[in-house]
Amino acid sequence: MKRLLVGMGTCGLSAGARGVHDRLGELLAGHPDRGELAITGCIGMCYCEPLVEVRENGRRVVYGEVTPARAEEIVSRHVVGGEILDDYVVYRLEEGRPASGREADFMAPQERIVLRNCGVIDPESIAEYEAAGGYEALRKALFEMTPAAIIEEMKASLLRGRGGAGFPTGLKWSFAAGQASDTKYVVCNADEGDPGAFMDRSVLEGDPHAVLEGMIVCARAIGGTHGYVYCRAEYPLALKRLEIALAAARERGYLGKNILGSDFSFDVKIKQGAGAFVCGEETALFASIEGERGMPRIRPPFPAEKGLWRKPTNNNNVETYANVPWILTRGAAAYRRFGTEKSPGTKVFALAGKVRRGGLAEVPMGMTIHDLVHLIGGGIKEGRAFKAVQMGGPSGGCIPSGISDTPVDFEHIPPTGAIMGSGGMVVLDDTSCMVEIARFFLEFTQNESCGKCTFCRIGTLRMLEALERITRGEGAPADIVKLEKLAVQIKEASLCGLGQTAPNPVQTTLRYYRQEYEAHIARRECPARYCEALVDFFIDAEKCTGCTLCAKNCPVQAITGEPKKLHVIDQSICVKCSRCIASCSFGAVYKN
Amino acid sequence: MAHETDSFVYRLWRYDGAPGELIPLLQSAQEHFGYIPRRAIRYISEATHIPESAIYGVITFYSQFRLQPMGKHVVRICAGTACHVSGSKLLIESVQDELGIEVGETTADGLFTLFTVACLGCCSLAPVMMVGEETHGRLTPASVRRILRGYRRKSEAAGARPAAEATTGADR
Ligand SMILES: Cc1cc2nc3c(=O)[nH]c(=O)nc-3n(C[C@H](O)[C@H](O)[C@H](O)COP(=O)(O)O)c2cc1C
Ligand code: FES
Repeated sequence: MKRLLVGMGTCGLSAGARGVHDRLGELLAGHPDRGELAITGCIGMCYCEPLVEVRENGRRVVYGEVTPARAEEIVSRHVVGGEILDDYVVYRLEEGRPASGREADFMAPQERIVLRNCGVIDPESIAEYEAAGGYEALRKALFEMTPAAIIEEMKASLLRGRGGAGFPTGLKWSFAAGQASDTKYVVCNADEGDPGAFMDRSVLEGDPHAVLEGMIVCARAIGGTHGYVYCRAEYPLALKRLEIALAAARERGYLGKNILGSDFSFDVKIKQGAGAFVCGEETALFASIEGERGMPRIRPPFPAEKGLWRKPTNNNNVETYANVPWILTRGAAAYRRFGTEKSPGTKVFALAGKVRRGGLAEVPMGMTIHDLVHLIGGGIKEGRAFKAVQMGGPSGGCIPSGISDTPVDFEHIPPTGAIMGSGGMVVLDDTSCMVEIARFFLEFTQNESCGKCTFCRIGTLRMLEALERITRGEGAPADIVKLEKLAVQIKEASLCGLGQTAPNPVQTTLRYYRQEYEAHIARRECPARYCEALVDFFIDAEKCTGCTLCAKNCPVQAITGEPKKLHVIDQSICVKCSRCIASCSFGAVYKN
Repeated sequence: MAHETDSFVYRLWRYDGAPGELIPLLQSAQEHFGYIPRRAIRYISEATHIPESAIYGVITFYSQFRLQPMGKHVVRICAGTACHVSGSKLLIESVQDELGIEVGETTADGLFTLFTVACLGCCSLAPVMMVGEETHGRLTPASVRRILRGYRRKSEAAGARPAAEATTGADR
């Protein structure tokens, strides 16, 4: 019996998976012999969505960039005719044969623990999760292990939190376990605020039960009574799949009173975020669940003592929890076989930006940046030059291509000035201006600062102003001095991680790309030809078709030209607003 | 569509003094009215005994909440890192030109409201935007215009429907 699986994560859906799924439904309807249609989450190859997999007797053939028309071809030739359409195969897995397909080298270096079920099972079916070994860890935790033994196993695995700070998970659990209280909370941080990171979304959409099971095991270990998943509202599909998973888990007795007949009771609620980056910080997140403005609280007391509603609380990230069932069923020693001695296990990275293959990859800790970008990511789009990766989002920094042999783990990334963060990797090419990137992040943190600490609230604004002056070509050498001084002051005088890390993007770009700052200031020049104020706009005679759209959209009538003939920009009138670039369908307008 | 038990009135009526209900109440008010009108703040204050000023403070802290009515289609263009380096700034300008509004504004015909967001979690298809609950990826200035015109045509064909029941989600 053949199964046809359509990747229906947000990435698949926005690439058109719905139309493909519907077309396949029509083609299979009334032909039960052809096979059954199912949905699955994201397998990680977001760059070749929509994906359709034809699975039969353990053989998995994944087709990429499937359109409704191509879906017809897959049904008529592969499903009915039994022929594999090699030209469209991106990944093929079969027992006794090496993996093949156009994109096989994207998957080859990966080790899938967190993503073990993503793109493999139907995330809306608890039966498929169980068939894949799901909820075995919970049974083990309930009937074969004491809470103390669970914590010992987690400690032995050396798993470190995947939400950013990398705190040892077993140790964190032991703090909450050591508190005497009849109410304890288990919180899952699914706020995923780092722009450029999307692994938590993908895990929740592709394997929500893995996260729930991790939370239930945690509750068993620390004596948790109530659970919360705090998920951002921008993820409607993740929220929906979580709801489905919760209802199914309750029905099967994995949640609620006397779980699986034991004396242990625990239930989980979903809280929707309301759009504030700082609510990813755990104490602000608690304030938000409590219905207040999401302002961070002073620590100590730490969450393990007084967290949500002043009760002992354990908070972990989505990916951290998704690791737990695997570790419990296979054992800490098996987990430590992956990765490095001090950073064992795997990490999911979200590759995005100018990399050719943007998607999710789970690799053993300690793989180098170079291998992630080139081996897995397939290098840079349009054959341009690799300039840097931005890691850790607004709290992180830019690591230049020159030191891309740096292993990615908790020991080697911090000395570069960046942070591990949640695993978002935005790849930059030679068209990115590093001063502009720093400005972009400062604008972000300035916007998202909750306003509690003066240095974070006003200091980031002063830094942003200096960066804006520099990108406009109005900067002075004193601006660099000011940026360096403010960076240190803001880090020291801020209460939470937001302010303490906000200057990182500026400090790392100043460290590795000081000459770009100086070119903007001393020569009024943007080496990457990005900053509008420092370049002129031109129309490429080869590409212009004379469609007149740019001239119509120019607010100052700087563009002239006859219909169907080359248009020209008058530099003395042009105000460099970029409207012409936006209006051109042929990519004919460029900056230099 | 919103279930009976999710509706704002039902939630208010059911409110039993449990702590932490303010934000879910505001979310359901926004779902119900399309924004948070003055009278919703008053209802919530009466039911929860939280002062109106404190409720207002919570509303203005979170970027999700709106004190003005929104258009039938809420357009959210991603201005996150991956989209930023893939040219989202140009997209924002294209949409501003196409709709004749700035970020945060609503078109005169009440059809579109434009916002930017800090990442839709779809970075590998950057640049990305969401219209209602539908996500569109790999955009160019030209495709953005085409998509928005598509929504406009669909609305015109469907005739003027009240904004409250307007949702476009593919996954509801
Ligand atoms: C400004 C700020 C934003 C954060 N955003 C997130 C987030 O989106 N997701 C997350 O898991 N942790 C985030 N964190 C880290 C959390 O405070 C916390 O350390 C983490 O959720 C703990 O989980 P872990 O031990 O499993 O890593 C953020 C921290 C700060 C300071
Ligand atoms: S940066 Fe735009 S979707 Fe993530």
